[in-house]
Amino acid sequence: MRYGTPAEIHGAKCQIPHTALDKNSFKRADEGDKQQETKSPSMSPIGSPPASPSSYQRVPLSYGYSKSRSGHEQKHGASYESRHSAHQQDGSAVGNYGAKSAHGQLSRSLSAEKEPQDSSSNYSDDPWRITEEQRDYYLNQFKTLQPDLNSFISGTVAKNFFTKSKLPIPELSHIWELSDVDCDGALTLAEFCAAFHLIVARKNGYPLPDKLPETLLPDYLQTASLKPIHDSALFDSYSESLPVSQQTRDFNRTELETVCEDPTNSEPLILFDVMTSVIEPKTSVEEVSDKSALTQAANSDDKQALKISTTAKTIPKEFQHLAVKTVAHETNTLKARPRSRSYSSTSIEDAMKKGEEPPTPPPRPQKSHSRASSLDLNKIFQQNTQAVRSGWLPPPPALPPRPFVSQVPLVANTEPATQPKSSYVDFRVPEQTEQVSEIELHPQMNRVPPQTEESSPTKKEILLTQPPTKPIRRKFRPENQMLENQELSPTISVTSSLPAVKSHHPVQKQSSKQKRAIQTAIRKNKEANAVLARLNSELQQQLKEVHKERIALETQLEQLRPVTVL
Amino acid sequence: MERIALLSPVCSPHLQNYPLYIRSVPTENELKFHYTVHTSLDVVDEKISAMGKALVDQRELYLGLLYPTEDYKVYGYVTNSKVKFVMVVDSSNTALRDNEIRSMFRKLHNSYTDIMCNPFYNPGDCIHSRAFDNMVTSMMMQVC
Repeated sequence: MRYGTPAEIHGAKCQIPHTALDKNSFKRADEGDKQQETKSPSMSPIGSPPASPSSYQRVPLSYGYSKSRSGHEQKHGASYESRHSAHQQDGSAVGNYGAKSAHGQLSRSLSAEKEPQDSSSNYSDDPWRITEEQRDYYLNQFKTLQPDLNSFISGTVAKNFFTKSKLPIPELSHIWELSDVDCDGALTLAEFCAAFHLIVARKNGYPLPDKLPETLLPDYLQTASLKPIHDSALFDSYSESLPVSQQTRDFNRTELETVCEDPTNSEPLILFDVMTSVIEPKTSVEEVSDKSALTQAANSDDKQALKISTTAKTIPKEFQHLAVKTVAHETNTLKARPRSRSYSSTSIEDAMKKGEEPPTPPPRPQKSHSRASSLDLNKIFQQNTQAVRSGWLPPPPALPPRPFVSQVPLVANTEPATQPKSSYVDFRVPEQTEQVSEIELHPQMNRVPPQTEESSPTKKEILLTQPPTKPIRRKFRPENQMLENQELSPTISVTSSLPAVKSHHPVQKQSSKQKRAIQTAIRKNKEANAVLARLNSELQQQLKEVHKERIALETQLEQLRPVTVL
Repeated sequence: MERIALLSPVCSPHLQNYPLYIRSVPTENELKFHYTVHTSLDVVDEKISAMGKALVDQRELYLGLLYPTEDYKVYGYVTNSKVKFVMVVDSSNTALRDNEIRSMFRKLHNSYTDIMCNPFYNPGDCIHSRAFDNMVTSMMMQVC
């Protein structure tokens, strides 16, 4: 499953191996160093082939098996977004195997910061790897532009298409540079997939690599799509595409190079082997779920098939993917992971907006979105999704503030005004609070009008006309009253003013409505508390300043007084 | 020391040559380099007009010494679309031969055509291509 999930992750997350390079290497280095012992045991669950990683030399040989290759191809490729990562990974993996902490250290030093992603992103999690569902999606997009899959998409057409992704032009230009390998001003299917994948990855926040990742090479994509065991083909592509810098990166793989006499020719082999070796140790190092996935993947010849099947299951719902991935990798991955996954799914859908249906059109931020963890958001989304299924996905953070904003002014309006009257002496000095509150009131009220139409205007009017009295009453109606008022008024106002924001929709069902009303009231109260606390601090600061001024004046007076008195 | 400048005329036939891309290895005397490049443009234009039918001349400009005090050579190259490549090389770098200069210009031209293939690049824009930068860097490193 590991391979399956990584593929899914790829699809969903589009992790970018560029940074993952270092991360992976870093992670691997860590893993390797830390878990050198565990490596061997971890290797075992992977399957028979990697069973003997005791010597890295053996590893490459053991990885020579085509099975792992076929299964690992994509993973390998993905993991090697650039040989860099591969090398580093290899180095780290190899080092791990061969107890070569030096490589690990090298990779560690080379690797960047993102450890958490490293932990979660192994070879299989290479964001530069295109999953099957992604490939299908790209294929469909290609078809819309160019029905003939063997033909090209012209530059102009592609430009218009990719411009819809709303990425800045320089980035699109760079993506084109990366993906148009033959520099002919047109994109083949493989080049198009690579470009699309880069765009998706960039939309998900991954920085663009300087070189096209191996898994995005047209040769690789074409061969990968065929699910071949064309090692030679892959190798050739790898060797061809190997940039000069790759050799510089080979310092991590000096060991590997020692194994292979001809670095250029042997690199692909080594890569492959290393990839398999790296992947497997990594997978083994990863979570148990990963291990299980590995075993599954390793067991089956059609690892790709496995991946596909796993991806196919989850294809319909990326959230499931995300959920699966989060489950599988949550421990390892940072919260950024799920976020990226959700973004990736959304990016695929929304970012491109090519007028086509995205592969999975679920509302993204619901389950895995880290921001949606709050109850409010969940509620809001549930309500929203109930009511708004048209695909309009409200930005998660935007929703709560609005109702709160609408509510807060109401509360604030009521609060300051009600203070002087009631005996509930809050922290505020009555006069100042009134003034301050009224000042706040006005700006808030300014905000409120657009939002709260029905009740707030009335309230505002009342407040304005009778600031000290009615608002006081309002405010200090007991909590229940406040709750009720807040419930109704904000709900009404919100619902009326913000039809799109159906955070307080449940006016209809009483029991649930009441419950929600209470909860919303609680939220409002909390917001109000926060506002009042802020007010309090501000007022206290003002008080201090006033005190200082007073002291200064008094000293001046004293200085003057003796003169007069005497 | 070596400096490479890519200049292009504006679409209008007015000789407003503005640089699409300027790169120099040692970054001192930038201003002087820019001045040199612009002054050499006059010679380039002169050669273009003189050539007539022959539009592409790989090695168009060779100055032994622009000034007695200035010790550098300026090489020029013009493409069919009147995009000019100017390369300033220290005379102290005697290892550079004409063939090498030609090959460097050829590489520059190839990279430039690759840039032009990019639909997101509008002719006349400044060149911000990383691939181009890498190519130029590698080329200059070879020389310097």
